[in-house]
Amino acid sequence: MSTTAAPKLKTSAMIASFADPGQKTAPAPFGHALAKAAEQDERIVGLTADLGKYTDMHIFAQAHPDRYFQMGMSEQLLFGAAAGMAEAGLTPFASTYSVFAARRAYDFICLDIAEPNLNVNVVGGLPGLTTGYGPSHQATEDMAIFRGMPNLTIVDPCDSIDIEQAVPQLAASEGPTYLRLLRGKVPTVLDEYDYTFELGKAKVLRGGADVVFVSSGLMTMRALQAAELLAAHKVDVAVVHAPTIKPLDVDTIVAELDTPRLAVTLENHSVVGGLFESVASALVRRGVSRRVVPVGLPDAFLDAGALPTLHDRYGLSKEKIVETVLAELG
Amino acid sequence: MTTVAPTTAHAERLERLAEHAYNVRMHALQMGEVQGQGYVGQALGAADMLTVAYMDQLRYDVADEHWEGRDRFLLSTGHYAIGLYAALAEAGIVPLEELETYGSDDSRLPMSGMASYTPGMEISGGSLGHGLTVAVGMALGLRHRGLAEQRVFNFLSDGELDEGSTWEAAMGAAHHRLGNLTAMVDMNALQADGPAQGVLRTEPVLEKWQAFGWHAIRVDGNDLPALVDAFDEARSVAQPEGKPQVIICDTKVGSGVTMLEEREKAHFMRIEEHEWAICREQLTARYEAAKEAAR
Ligand SMILES: Cc1ncc(C[n+]2csc(CCOP(=O)(O)OP(=O)(O)O)c2C)c(N)n1
Ligand SMILES: [Mg+2]
Repeated sequence: MSTTAAPKLKTSAMIASFADPGQKTAPAPFGHALAKAAEQDERIVGLTADLGKYTDMHIFAQAHPDRYFQMGMSEQLLFGAAAGMAEAGLTPFASTYSVFAARRAYDFICLDIAEPNLNVNVVGGLPGLTTGYGPSHQATEDMAIFRGMPNLTIVDPCDSIDIEQAVPQLAASEGPTYLRLLRGKVPTVLDEYDYTFELGKAKVLRGGADVVFVSSGLMTMRALQAAELLAAHKVDVAVVHAPTIKPLDVDTIVAELDTPRLAVTLENHSVVGGLFESVASALVRRGVSRRVVPVGLPDAFLDAGALPTLHDRYGLSKEKIVETVLAELG
Repeated sequence: MTTVAPTTAHAERLERLAEHAYNVRMHALQMGEVQGQGYVGQALGAADMLTVAYMDQLRYDVADEHWEGRDRFLLSTGHYAIGLYAALAEAGIVPLEELETYGSDDSRLPMSGMASYTPGMEISGGSLGHGLTVAVGMALGLRHRGLAEQRVFNFLSDGELDEGSTWEAAMGAAHHRLGNLTAMVDMNALQADGPAQGVLRTEPVLEKWQAFGWHAIRVDGNDLPALVDAFDEARSVAQPEGKPQVIICDTKVGSGVTMLEEREKAHFMRIEEHEWAICREQLTARYEAAKEAAR
């Protein structure tokens, strides 16, 4: 037991935020974006499985109470019913935590939603390592699970800008989508760059001569931070943001990686079955032989604890990224 | 429900349990204060259920958590771990000194209960609606291996009644005549999005379990004497082959601490730094007054 005076880091799981202290954030960007999209498109409805408050769906519920459906903590019902509503001509956004969508309700999403190619938008909270609760809540393999599902578009947004811009595009796109939700006070990062979210597109956020990062989700924020820190070490880093994991923007990514720069993928997900393996298979298919260094979660059940501790432990913090890159560069 | 004649032994049993329940609540408050927030309301509400289970009903060996002859207690409601740790500490299975590590990095007492972390923890909960399915298998397995005396208890929340898997397990238990299985449901009328009835109506709960083939008892889960009677009744019908039993316990979030009982119910109850001392005072005052009244 610790006897030091240092403040103990707490798990604070359900309300954990990965925003840095003092960072610019936007409140509940998903909820606000969905409420706004619903004003334009009357087919949009919102569903949740007893996690409205924890997936920012409550914002939509307040704005459009008659279009909000509380399904109870019944994830199979949530997605089966979303399929039925889509069959009836509506455009459902259905939210729960990523683990429960990917693990428990997979069969319902696969056969009732993806196979008939319905426009149901699966919204998963706590993607990857964004809670300290341990394996029951940490969706470290959600992309790996969902990548195998035909027809499903997978989006891993970086920040509030990505989410705001993605939501109307998800609603407008045909077929099912999976959004790795960031909720609560979500960092605003991409407004500093010449950037807009385009479904299916990767974007170069900054150029760099020595290293090229290909990242998705909140790891793009970390990639940008690490790139700044690495500049102090005289390492020039390019950052390519690939928020659409499937279908992957192979042209952009392969072009960026087919150079002598050190190639690194960064994802808030297991190194198995996520961005790293998507990128690797894209390279191999194009006949590009490149070594790629994965920054991602280990193929393991992760610890419980405070998020900053865990992000450091598993190499996702900006400091650990810098260490990894410097070690690779020798 | 049969009422036990108020013998001296019974009165002593209740007095002893009341003290344990008070201690369990104190332990929960201590852990809550460490995190500064969390599932304190749930732990206080379920304290009497957990006390009767651990201090009156379950067979276990404090020195050997793997003793084959033990009854199994499965917490499917992972976030109630704070309540279970309090009971495990009171039972002597978890050292009292360790409670202050609750939810901290590298603690054996994580926020969400997991078997790999904590002594005496049979399963990892947290993904709600798993516990009863595993309990069915344990009850089947123990019976199959000829361990006829051992019982399996599954603690579940009212939210877990929303999950289809719970009812699959309920049918499975009745089908396999698992008389060695006892479920205890904490009906605190609360879920993550608010009052349970606004999330998904599960009533009539007693009749549902009955219709599923269970021996169902419904009781005020913060009334210790009534709770003891309910557990005794379940024990009296428990047998290797027979009806599984369910004790449906209506509880009050924050039970025992007036200030928290009166606070708006919330899945995550906010308690300010200065309020923890008030919580302890109110809990103690209530306990002392009840003890006085019982004399
Ligand atoms: C399968 C599953 N779905 C959703 C959740 C998220 N969740 C955690 S607690 C909770 C509320 C469930 O109700 P209950 O257990 O009765 O909660 P409480 O009384 O503590 O508010 C929910 C939806 C979960 N842990 N597991
Ligand atoms: Mg409840």
